Amino acid sequence: MKKVISLLILVLLLSGVFAVAVSAADDLIVVGYSQVGAESDWRTANTESFKSTFTEENGYKLIFDDAMQKPENQIKAIRNFIQQEVDYIVLAPIVETGWETVLGEAKAAGIPVILSDRMIKVTDDSLYVAWVGGNFIKEGHNAIEWLDNYLKENGRDNEDINIVLLQGTIGSSAQIGRTQGVEELLADRPKYHLLAKQTGEFTQAKGQEVMESFLKSYPDIDVVIAENDDMGYGAMEAIRAAGKVPGKDIIMISYDAGRRAFEAILKGDLNATIECNPLHGPRVAEIIQKLEKGEPVEKIQYVDEGVFDIKNAAEVLPTRAY
Amino acid sequence: MKKTLKKITGFQLFLPIVALILVLLFNMIKTPDFFKITVLNGTLYGFMIDIINRASELAILAIGMTLVVASSAGTDISVGAVSAVTAAIICYSLGPDQQNYQMPYLIGILLGLLGGVLCGMWNGLLVAKMRIQPMVATLILFTAGRGISQLICAGQIIHVEKESYRILGSFIPKVPLPTPVFVAAALALVTWLVLKKTALGMYIQAVGINRRAGRLIGINSQLIIFMTYAYCGLCSGIAGAIMSSRIAACDANNIGLNIELDAILAVALGGNSLGGGKFSLLGSIIGAITIQALTTSLYAMHVTADQLPIYKAIVVVIIVTLQSAEFRKWISSLQGKRPVKAKVAS
Repeated sequence: MKKVISLLILVLLLSGVFAVAVSAADDLIVVGYSQVGAESDWRTANTESFKSTFTEENGYKLIFDDAMQKPENQIKAIRNFIQQEVDYIVLAPIVETGWETVLGEAKAAGIPVILSDRMIKVTDDSLYVAWVGGNFIKEGHNAIEWLDNYLKENGRDNEDINIVLLQGTIGSSAQIGRTQGVEELLADRPKYHLLAKQTGEFTQAKGQEVMESFLKSYPDIDVVIAENDDMGYGAMEAIRAAGKVPGKDIIMISYDAGRRAFEAILKGDLNATIECNPLHGPRVAEIIQKLEKGEPVEKIQYVDEGVFDIKNAAEVLPTRAY
Repeated sequence: MKKTLKKITGFQLFLPIVALILVLLFNMIKTPDFFKITVLNGTLYGFMIDIINRASELAILAIGMTLVVASSAGTDISVGAVSAVTAAIICYSLGPDQQNYQMPYLIGILLGLLGGVLCGMWNGLLVAKMRIQPMVATLILFTAGRGISQLICAGQIIHVEKESYRILGSFIPKVPLPTPVFVAAALALVTWLVLKKTALGMYIQAVGINRRAGRLIGINSQLIIFMTYAYCGLCSGIAGAIMSSRIAACDANNIGLNIELDAILAVALGGNSLGGGKFSLLGSIIGAITIQALTTSLYAMHVTADQLPIYKAIVVVIIVTLQSAEFRKWISSLQGKRPVKAKVAS
């Protein structure tokens, strides 16, 4: 009996060694990915984009770590990745600062780090090879440029236009960038008047509350720019309650371009939505492929971001995953 | 005896009312249109309506919070998260269909409120039976509540598309005032009646002032505290239903976010001691309206977003200082009167 058991154990052990040998023999590129958390639809789509890109069929092995919004979890995860000797580390940083030490360790271990979404502040920018993300300032410009076109098409380009801006959570990079982008272009357009800006904290409820107040203070609002879709929906409710028609009496522009925004455009409630593309996975994969071949990569890489209105919403909607 | 009692309660509410009037008076100078109320599509429309409309949820939470503070000398910091749980249950039950709810509207709402009450009972169990400090006990649901809510919604925002779902958070057709105002007023009235017509109000005070003494004269202290927490859970549930109806969705991350702090502040602004014992429901409701009046006023005055919290903080500091016993003593000493002895609250 004992012999049988020891034989069994031996077989098990051997098969284990064999299995390890097999997995090492596969030429999979191992990628450790530390994600912020799962706080929004956008983030879920962002995560999903990585999971669907870095599959074994595509030649990758993805080690996913959800940091649950805690920077210390990310540092732990990166140290784990280094110990596991992954080939690449992808980091979607929660905070901007405090990365020198742990990224230094990764550099010492010879593991290239690619950043996704948010930027980090480090004195030595050789700590990461590339950054992939959205260009919030350009998104700000997009809104005003879309408005220029829209007004021209409707023959209103000689009118004075009153704009209100619903800002995101103050201090978030999306809020800072989008507000800056909008204001930059407003500065050289004397016909556009920014009546007021106020934070709606990226939520529908706050967006509605702030818009209610705007409507009472300014009876003559022509355009609402909401720094995300949710605040846009809130603003629509407030506009309806004030007896006006969103999308018609007041031009509505929002950001993110989630699925519901497309539906709102088709219904006529929303005039335009500016994309904040969460699909970073393919772009990161592209960078990794270049690095594998030893080609140089650009340090700052913006993902493609579109502007959608009634002209193209119908054809994009069926392909929207988020 | 009754007259003097009335005078004291009148005095207790004096300062909260003064604070509210002060906040509103600022508007008189800065935004003259503030008090203008017009009729639009058969509903009243104006900043003042916004204030009482938006203050409703906070007032409802403040009612529950007042009782919890009075009975257990602690605060329930889970109210915002419990609101999110309720909202999730309601939206999950009613479903996203545009034409029909998955189940009758009332059953969906009742299920949600039941969830709220269960959360409240859990808090009550921990505080009354296990004798855990209220803030620590309610910290559990404060953190776990949003997780539960996320689980129910499977991490997504559930939208309830049927139009009638919005009524609770907006207007009943042909009724000039927003629905949340009626809900808050009804809840306040029922609570007040129950506390006044039965001995419950006095029991809660007695337990809050001295738990053991209460028990020694034959009050079941544990049960009283348990009940106030369960009731606070119900209030959170009602507030959650309104918040969810306003956006016709359950946003587990954002529904009632940070509102627990405002609810506690409302209780304090209402002249209630956070040390338990004597309480005034009306005071808390006035406190809730004051907080909303402040926010709406700042919007109307076009204070920019980055300065908003600073102005709020300044006003709150002023109001709280005005109500402090030390300040009142100082004022009366300035007037050359004998300092009023600080009333022994507990």
